[in-house]
Amino acid sequence: MSSNGTTRNIFLSGVGGQGTILASNILGQVLLDAGYDVKKAEVHGMAQRGGDVTTHFRFGEKVYSPLIRQGDVDYLVSFELLEALRYMHWVKPEGKIILNNVSILPPAVNLGKMEYPKNVEKTFKKRFKENVWMVNGYEIAKRIGNVQVANVVLLGALSNFFPELTGNQWIEAIKSLLPSKLHDTNIKAFDEGRAAIIR
Amino acid sequence: MRKILQGNEAIARGAWEAGVTVGCAYPGTPSSEILAELSHYPEVYTEWSPNEKIAVEVAHGASFAGGRAIACMKHVGLNVAADPLMTISYTGVKGGFVIVVADDPGQHSSQNEQDSRHWTRFGKIPMLEPADAQECSDFTRIAFDMSERFDTPVLLRSETRVSHCDSPVDLRERKESTVPKGLDKKDVPKMVMVPMYAKVRRVLVEERIGKLAAYADGEFPYNVMEINDPSVGFIASGVTYLHTREVFPQYSFLKLGMAWPLPKNLIAEFFNKVKKVIVVEELDPFFETEIRAMGFKVRHGKDLIPAIGELTPTIIEQSLSKVVTGKRVKLAKTQASLEELPKRPPNLCAGCSHRPLFVALKRLGLFVFGDIGCYGLGVSPPLSAMHASTCMGAGVGGAYGAGKVLGKEGLGKICAVLGDSTFLHSGIGPLMDTVYNGGYSTTIILDNRITAMTGQQEHPGTGFTIKGDPADLVNYEQLAKAVGVKHVRSVDPYNIKETMEVIREEVNRDESSVIITQNSPCMLLRRDKPRERFKYPTYRIDNDTCTGCKLCLNVNCPAISWVESEGTTGSGRKRKGTSFINRDQCVGCSVCYQVCEFQSILPNEQ
Repeated sequence: MSSNGTTRNIFLSGVGGQGTILASNILGQVLLDAGYDVKKAEVHGMAQRGGDVTTHFRFGEKVYSPLIRQGDVDYLVSFELLEALRYMHWVKPEGKIILNNVSILPPAVNLGKMEYPKNVEKTFKKRFKENVWMVNGYEIAKRIGNVQVANVVLLGALSNFFPELTGNQWIEAIKSLLPSKLHDTNIKAFDEGRAAIIR
Repeated sequence: MRKILQGNEAIARGAWEAGVTVGCAYPGTPSSEILAELSHYPEVYTEWSPNEKIAVEVAHGASFAGGRAIACMKHVGLNVAADPLMTISYTGVKGGFVIVVADDPGQHSSQNEQDSRHWTRFGKIPMLEPADAQECSDFTRIAFDMSERFDTPVLLRSETRVSHCDSPVDLRERKESTVPKGLDKKDVPKMVMVPMYAKVRRVLVEERIGKLAAYADGEFPYNVMEINDPSVGFIASGVTYLHTREVFPQYSFLKLGMAWPLPKNLIAEFFNKVKKVIVVEELDPFFETEIRAMGFKVRHGKDLIPAIGELTPTIIEQSLSKVVTGKRVKLAKTQASLEELPKRPPNLCAGCSHRPLFVALKRLGLFVFGDIGCYGLGVSPPLSAMHASTCMGAGVGGAYGAGKVLGKEGLGKICAVLGDSTFLHSGIGPLMDTVYNGGYSTTIILDNRITAMTGQQEHPGTGFTIKGDPADLVNYEQLAKAVGVKHVRSVDPYNIKETMEVIREEVNRDESSVIITQNSPCMLLRRDKPRERFKYPTYRIDNDTCTGCKLCLNVNCPAISWVESEGTTGSGRKRKGTSFINRDQCVGCSVCYQVCEFQSILPNEQ
């Protein structure tokens, strides 16, 4: 249920160190520049030590709460497959899902005590049908020459869902937040991500 | 200009705009970014203080000299600073003085869950509660003005979802305070809190809270009433107001920007205008209790809303929909059962110097009194090498106190571990006590050269100030000797065997001792080039000889994992699988190499 029809909710999930914070900063900049009100919430601290991390990102005409309600996510962008599954029930029935094709094994799996979930993409497709996109964020980033930019690849993929924003607006936001020596690889990452899913 | 700022950045910005001249803090999640951000403004003197009590005292002195000052801390930090806080309420201020306290509902990164609003009534100090980044900036500015106008310190209460939420903020220019700088000996009755003067100030404190209550009711611009559908009216503050406004936008609201003193007339007016009042608050029923005591009929509050943990829009909707709209809201079911998904707890970094130290302590079978910091992760299985942890510095006194009960029986069985920053924060006092009163415990200082858990802040043992300028640094060995410790040793934790020998000697000694780790900087501390201390860049598993014994897995290194595959070693020994070292994550610390009993872990030359 959405109480405010004009507010849209993006949920980012991943593992500490995957660059979710930079991705959400770029999102914030591009949407602020486009005239929206934005709010985002993150938990810092312990999360930096390999724990799971989430970002609640909301934008619209006027945003009140920084937190998304469970079941109210319009777009789930997961940087890691298990961390997508953990938040599947937060997504609206008609929500869109971008999965980064990466598995980072948690300690219980490393120790051989638990199994890493299988067929995550299939599980999502069963429920969300054609609204699920798998992106090879790390492979694309590796090809560009820097695995760190996988986050921007995913952002490029997400950008397809906001036709009101031009590619140039996104690139301007990326440039405004990153030092100039990183512009080329990140713009390339964005473009590749944008082309990686076709709607 | 409008810019997206994190709540903590907005507090720093608001303080700078208000002309703050001194900022002090000890880092603590979720408050740490405030001072880090403030340190970037050249007009402001900033410091990482050794602890929160000192931060408040330094800022108080700055205020007395006429400068606007701010001290920032997490909720448990204010417990440490409570002593000066309660009396600064009496002395009041000269330059505006704001104390920021950031709560952590849900205990994302804390040892307890406190509702810091209780300090405001207890200390008779007004408290403001911003809801988002814009309010963080606005409320900080107004807090400085209130402080000077009413001669009071002002508490600004934040929490995880205010401090660590980002939203747009209008940026303003800096405006200096008009308070003249200088000390005046005529202020003795205000500044010297001996009974004869403090009794006079005690009366003024009560008068001040009356004046502040009138201000809260008539003048303070952030206690705001919104009358929409009057059938239900919500009273809420901070981010909880935003959550409630989001879930029930069509109803009426009284948003309290000041948690204390409460605006009685405004509350009465609200009760007149709406039919059914619900008080929505996170953690304790602070407003609810007070408003009920005023004689108003609060229809719902903590009877329906949980008092434990973070209060989210989802929980507010689940708790209140039935009584507000008459309909319950159903939550979407998850296909995969959440309990079946492996959890992802935080872990010590690959190569962290705490890991071999804990391996040594575990092998020695010691009961370890731990402390607050990254090394708290030593409690996580399979490392499981910490057995007590309370608050900053508590491990030192705890280990000593336990020894007083166990006597000679406890020799060789107990030690305390704490980090460098924690030791300087509050470990020196209990160490002195151990020596003075004849305790025998061993205190191990895990010196990783930084305040690590909160994100790399300097402290008096690192050699740098908050602005990165060189500083004199504490010598732990000389300090321990100066308080009377006769046996001060150092160890290289990466040599597990030698570390065990030193610890074994010291814990068996019937006298207090201190062991300081060396060669042990935090893996994330780039300036100390932490990888250069390791002989080999990475290690690998020799699949031919690995027996699958899992000894290396038990050091809980993020780089090592288990590969299940039934088979045999090269020499025909049956095994259920082998370990695997991820070369991208391994840093070559050699801990697994040292624990392997089958020489199945080999160094990679490059």
